[in-house]
Amino acid sequence: MSDDIHVFIEHLRGEVAEITLISLAAARVIAEQTGGEVVGVLLGHDVQGLAAGLAADRILSIDDPAAGDYSPDLYIATLAGLIDSQTPRAVLFGDTSMGAEIAGCLSGRLGLPLVGRCHTVRAADDQIRVVSQICGGKIFVESALPESTVVVSMVPGGHRPDDGRSETAAPIETIPAPAFGEPRVALKRYVEPEIGEIDITKEDVLVAIGRGIQLEENVELAEELAQALGGALCASRPIIDQGWLPSSQMVGKSGKRVEPKVYLALGVSGAPEHVEGMASSATVIAVNTDPAAPIFDVAHYGTEADLLDLLPELIDKVKAAGAG
Amino acid sequence: MNIAVLIKLVPDLVEELEIDATGTALDTTWLRLIINEVDEHALEQALLLKERGGGDVTVVTAEGDGAEDVLYAAAAKGSDRLIRLRGISFEDAPGNHTLARVFAAVLRDLEPDLVLTGVQAHNDLDGSLGPLLAEEMGMPYVGYLSGVQTEDGVCRVMKEYPGGLAAEMEIALPAVLGIQASEEPPRYLAISRIRQAMKTATIVDREAEQPDTTGAPGVISMFTPEVGEAATMLTGADDEVAARIVEILSEQGLL
Ligand SMILES: Cc1cc2nc3c(=O)[nH]c(=O)nc-3n(C[C@H](O)[C@H](O)[C@H](O)COP(=O)(O)OP(=O)(O)OC[C@H]3O[C@@H](n4cnc5c(N)ncnc54)[C@H](O)[C@@H]3O)c2cc1C
Repeated sequence: MSDDIHVFIEHLRGEVAEITLISLAAARVIAEQTGGEVVGVLLGHDVQGLAAGLAADRILSIDDPAAGDYSPDLYIATLAGLIDSQTPRAVLFGDTSMGAEIAGCLSGRLGLPLVGRCHTVRAADDQIRVVSQICGGKIFVESALPESTVVVSMVPGGHRPDDGRSETAAPIETIPAPAFGEPRVALKRYVEPEIGEIDITKEDVLVAIGRGIQLEENVELAEELAQALGGALCASRPIIDQGWLPSSQMVGKSGKRVEPKVYLALGVSGAPEHVEGMASSATVIAVNTDPAAPIFDVAHYGTEADLLDLLPELIDKVKAAGAG
Repeated sequence: MNIAVLIKLVPDLVEELEIDATGTALDTTWLRLIINEVDEHALEQALLLKERGGGDVTVVTAEGDGAEDVLYAAAAKGSDRLIRLRGISFEDAPGNHTLARVFAAVLRDLEPDLVLTGVQAHNDLDGSLGPLLAEEMGMPYVGYLSGVQTEDGVCRVMKEYPGGLAAEMEIALPAVLGIQASEEPPRYLAISRIRQAMKTATIVDREAEQPDTTGAPGVISMFTPEVGEAATMLTGADDEVAARIVEILSEQGLL
């Protein structure tokens, strides 16, 4: 086994995912312990330019016209071959739509251990420790990085994306793409995001509703508050899945990333998949009856008030103060 | 179309979670298990596929408080077969490497065309179940799906990417799919229908194979984060809290 740490450079339509920067930052912590290098693994077609600015010691690039768009079967088989020949100490992926399935399939196919939901890595007593975030952000689990080649899937929040950037360009080594037969999964087309009436990424004030809103008819109350504030309404995934608001108003991992001046979260628990989309808001005010709700972790102001009692009071007072 | 749905039970996050005396696991004394939310979507998607194109739906789960209720509810919604694995319990939070191996043993006999799982569970420590299971079965996998169509042996899925972008993909059957959201919200069920299913449906118990548990990390410790350290908590009557929020908004120049 080598001491190198591989990081899968996740890219979609010409853009590197932020989780790749976070993974590079985490990989650096591991590499400092093992004495190995941080190796960026770039798979795709005509994408070498994406390696610029990444904090890797070197880049392994596999250029294959068939890998121009993400294809699960092809990516997994190619990466399995690479891990077999290079035997890195660890291979890091984002716990994302692309990364999660590659990581899982590689672990199953190659018989490698997998540490999931990795939030932070750190060195302790000559060991490399991994802290995973589970139970919607309510529990952290610390484990030792297994001693064999290990697959790790990363979540945001623990390492800074900036630590995964670099001014100096890493040398790129191109390795030939292995032959691959007919993939069992094939991309047919992309379906562009639904364009909504309002663009929640451009609002100064967002009122976010979560499952704590309880009934569809209460959505109107939140809408009234958003209007009074001159802002817009957005929501967590369950509200969208219920069909109570259009998908263009979803915030989080599968939705939009927003950075308003004020994010007023009503009955949102603050699951990591939600927080990912709103953690950079300037001021977060959270209303949640559960004092242990992880939303209070990212909030600047919080209250355990019942949102259904608080909303009418708030609407009255905001209207009296007059938005402007 | 022979569809299998795998269901995991996970701790209910509405309840307070406590860590046990070993410091490495959740205290099961007060733990309430519920169906993994996205597994409910996987079941709904299976039922929609059955309604549209025929076939039958087999639901497979393991032991744990509430497993029977989950299975009977699945029957009441229209599932054809219910299987519970004995000898492996969700109370012990088994890893997905372990679960993939024991579920695969049962699935091989069922010879499904499609296996649906929820794309993840909130307590996955060693990756999600679907990809691991697919590898055990030698089937292709694709996850983060919010739509599945099957026609003439061709299966088309809608895979979600961040920001609302999606990709339509075609996958060869048999396959394992990780469902993020069903095309319709999971159907509502009256309690009376579940009671009825308890009388008419049968749960088939199968003994789980002695599981190989390798693949998951060994837990050193478990802890709860310090919640709300940074937040200023607003207390008092609702009108006082509302007044404070208005003040904060004014300070930001928004009112
Ligand atoms: C792959 C994947 C991607 C995902 N992507 C996203 C995403 O992009 N965005 C997203 O939001 N989620 C996403 N999720 C879902 C996420 O995991 C959580 O399930 C979801 O964010 C929870 O939504 P919630 O906070 O509204 O509901 P819950 O977690 O059920 O929380 C409801 C909260 O309301 C509080 N509450 C209840 N009643 C009241 C009351 N009367 N007054 C005040 N508070 C009350 C409760 O204490 C609770 O904290 C994703 C999940 C997966 C698996």
